[in-house]
Amino acid sequence: MTMMKTSSRWSGIVYQTLAVLLALLFTTVVMLISGADPIQVYHNIMLGAVGSPTKIADILVAWTPLLLATAGLLLTFTAGLWNIGIEGQITLGAIFTTWALRVLQPTDLPPTAIMLIGFLAGALGGMFWAGLVALLKIFGNVNEIFGGLGLNFVATALTIWLIFGPWKRPGVGSMSGTEPFPLELWLPTLPGFRLSPWSLALGIVAITLVYILLRGTYFGLRLKAVGRNGRAAFLMGIPTTRYMLMAFLLCGIMAGLAGATQVLAVYHRLIPSISSGYGFLGMMVAMLVNYQALWAAPVALFFAALNIGSIQLPIVLKLDSSLSGVLQGSLVLFVLLMDGVRRRLTRPQ
Amino acid sequence: MKVELIHIHKHFGAVHANNDITLTVESGKIQGILGENGAGKSTLMKILSGYIQADSGEIRLDGQPVKINSPSDAIRLGIGMLHQDPLDFPPMRVVDNLLIGHEGGLFPNRREVVRAFNDLQSQFGFNIDPYAYVDSLTVGERQQLEILRLLWLGARVLILDEPTTGISASQKEKLFETLRKLAVQGMSVIFVSHKLEDVEFLCDRIAVFRKGELVGEVDPPYVTDELVKLMFGRVISLEEKRRYETCDVSFHLDHVTIEDYRLQIRDINLSMTCGEVIGLAGMEGSGQVQFLRTCAGLIRPVAGEINLGGKRLTGKPYRAFLEAGIAYVPASRMEEGLIPGLSLTEHFILAEEQNGFFINFDKALAITRQRIEDFNIKGTPVSTVESLSGGNQQRALLAMLRNPVNLLLLEHPTRGLDIESAIWIWGKLKDRCKQGTSIIFTSADLGEILQYSDRILVFYGGKVSPPLDAESTTVEQLGQLIGGKGF
Repeated sequence: MTMMKTSSRWSGIVYQTLAVLLALLFTTVVMLISGADPIQVYHNIMLGAVGSPTKIADILVAWTPLLLATAGLLLTFTAGLWNIGIEGQITLGAIFTTWALRVLQPTDLPPTAIMLIGFLAGALGGMFWAGLVALLKIFGNVNEIFGGLGLNFVATALTIWLIFGPWKRPGVGSMSGTEPFPLELWLPTLPGFRLSPWSLALGIVAITLVYILLRGTYFGLRLKAVGRNGRAAFLMGIPTTRYMLMAFLLCGIMAGLAGATQVLAVYHRLIPSISSGYGFLGMMVAMLVNYQALWAAPVALFFAALNIGSIQLPIVLKLDSSLSGVLQGSLVLFVLLMDGVRRRLTRPQ
Repeated sequence: MKVELIHIHKHFGAVHANNDITLTVESGKIQGILGENGAGKSTLMKILSGYIQADSGEIRLDGQPVKINSPSDAIRLGIGMLHQDPLDFPPMRVVDNLLIGHEGGLFPNRREVVRAFNDLQSQFGFNIDPYAYVDSLTVGERQQLEILRLLWLGARVLILDEPTTGISASQKEKLFETLRKLAVQGMSVIFVSHKLEDVEFLCDRIAVFRKGELVGEVDPPYVTDELVKLMFGRVISLEEKRRYETCDVSFHLDHVTIEDYRLQIRDINLSMTCGEVIGLAGMEGSGQVQFLRTCAGLIRPVAGEINLGGKRLTGKPYRAFLEAGIAYVPASRMEEGLIPGLSLTEHFILAEEQNGFFINFDKALAITRQRIEDFNIKGTPVSTVESLSGGNQQRALLAMLRNPVNLLLLEHPTRGLDIESAIWIWGKLKDRCKQGTSIIFTSADLGEILQYSDRILVFYGGKVSPPLDAESTTVEQLGQLIGGKGF
């Protein structure tokens, strides 16, 4: 028994390594087709990611919302739900945070209190949007993928409308977003860096919490049961609807907090693409780690590093920075593919 | 068509599922394959029908060696397999189910297919509407459909895997009649079963499997004891009937009416004592499942009262029924009972009362070890439930029941299990009766109903017979009632 287990773990590692190599190969081919020198590109991505303390700090800035999104998604995936709507939930979090800040800015409240309320408002906004998806699914029989997709579009439209309408900058609205908040409403950062230890702590707390929930609690185990066989879970006496709703709401809270950090710690205003795609990137991370919370943090860190590392590609090599997306996407595809291959080859029957 | 299987070997990991099997099936004969679960019957049939490939060995059809790499290869060669669970597409029409497996042009000729289908039907006296949706058919009819589909695709060897589970006595009679007709037409029929009486009654020759080996071939007239001995390696006998009634009225149904989109069951009255066992007999789809699910609180009756131990449960949600000590064990173990991917330990944690926010894994492991021992489950605490065999899954389901259970509702508790496991499971159930649990169960096996029930309810098209005393009821009487006579 133990023998078989170790051997399957080893074969797992071999296939995963093969997947990473294939993804690198594929990305290299894409680079060659677009006329770039792969060695130079990889070198630049590395340099761009870890070339200086500022860049390492920037990785952690990108890591935070990604970690929050991934943590939330691990809960919904565990409950067997495809929360595609996470992008909209991040956006709504950002909108609610901006809203709270705009309302409270003229008051006498201390900035710390305003920012705290900003975070709470963000969590509420994400929860609200996720709750809509859940209600549509539970009471309206709308699949969460369709509901989430629809609400993503609504969230984007809402952002644009706010930026060009009610919240437009004095004079004329522009794609650069709303009027930036005054400095005292910026989340304090480490001196000389863009990194806020507070938001970083939030991300780490979120993923730790999800890890503990899924690993050692009745809540986590029941969520797993609901995700794997809802009918049997119901017959065992687990209130499946309530657990699905809770998964959505918790994921929404974390997505909303990701939106809040984008406003409070990164952009200091509402911009059109405030979610920066971290929701979808979080889905890729979750899939890549096979929905295991333990590996989510390092893989999210790696993805964040790729994002930051590719920022300077356009400047240095005149290449599009979406090249990192090619590597991330092909990684997920090849890991899933190799998993399928492994199952096919080691199929017991 | 003559089928020869020569020196077939198949390993699954460390298990030698088929060990040097050599078997010849003559055309025009009904060959029985008998053995308990895990004896290697299904493996051999899957090899013959192309679902899996043998590690070594040869297959010959009419003397010609063939290679069968997929089910479509098999059907091209004329081998069709009827699976235990019908492999059809329930939300589609009968005629479309026929077209799916057919190799034809881009635009199938539906009218032609319907004509051919009806011709084939009339040969066997079947009566299935080609435009009906498959999910409106009974299990027996779906089986008939599958047989017709395979014949229409040109099958000349028909393999049936446990075909008599889940169908009624009259449907079984019809099936046997059909199989005999097919044999007369020169088809080879391979009939896989663990049911002695079916095999003895139908087959021209019986091959007995045990632990991956072909342990003997027997010709009629059959001696049951000899077959049992071959099957199990020893003789086993049923236990004596035991009856426990430890208290007065426990479960009470008063003028209950159940409505379903298909049928209506009116005015059911029933009073059960603690420790009593009631068996539900009847053709599949006559209302037994609706009745059980009403008792479980999964279907809300449109009229009447449900009481347990003096507590009114009418109109309460499923959870209230659970909390009152009513447990329901569904027939489809992997679909409704267990959660694939979770281990035995995780199942027992889910089944136990929640104790705090965090799980105490040491305690859970201890409980699991104990249950595995008590219920004789072949598996480890970390085994996932889908890796267990059907019999062990059923044991796990029973091991998950909380204590005490006041009313236990079981759908086909021993379906697909061999005799030995079935006897063992009923031993455990009767132990619970001794502690005061009442049991209501459904079964397609009249022998099981007569053996283990104290009283019997017969269902026929939404009608329910008054409770019959099992001691004074015979198989013939039950058969009449199941067929709708005497209501």
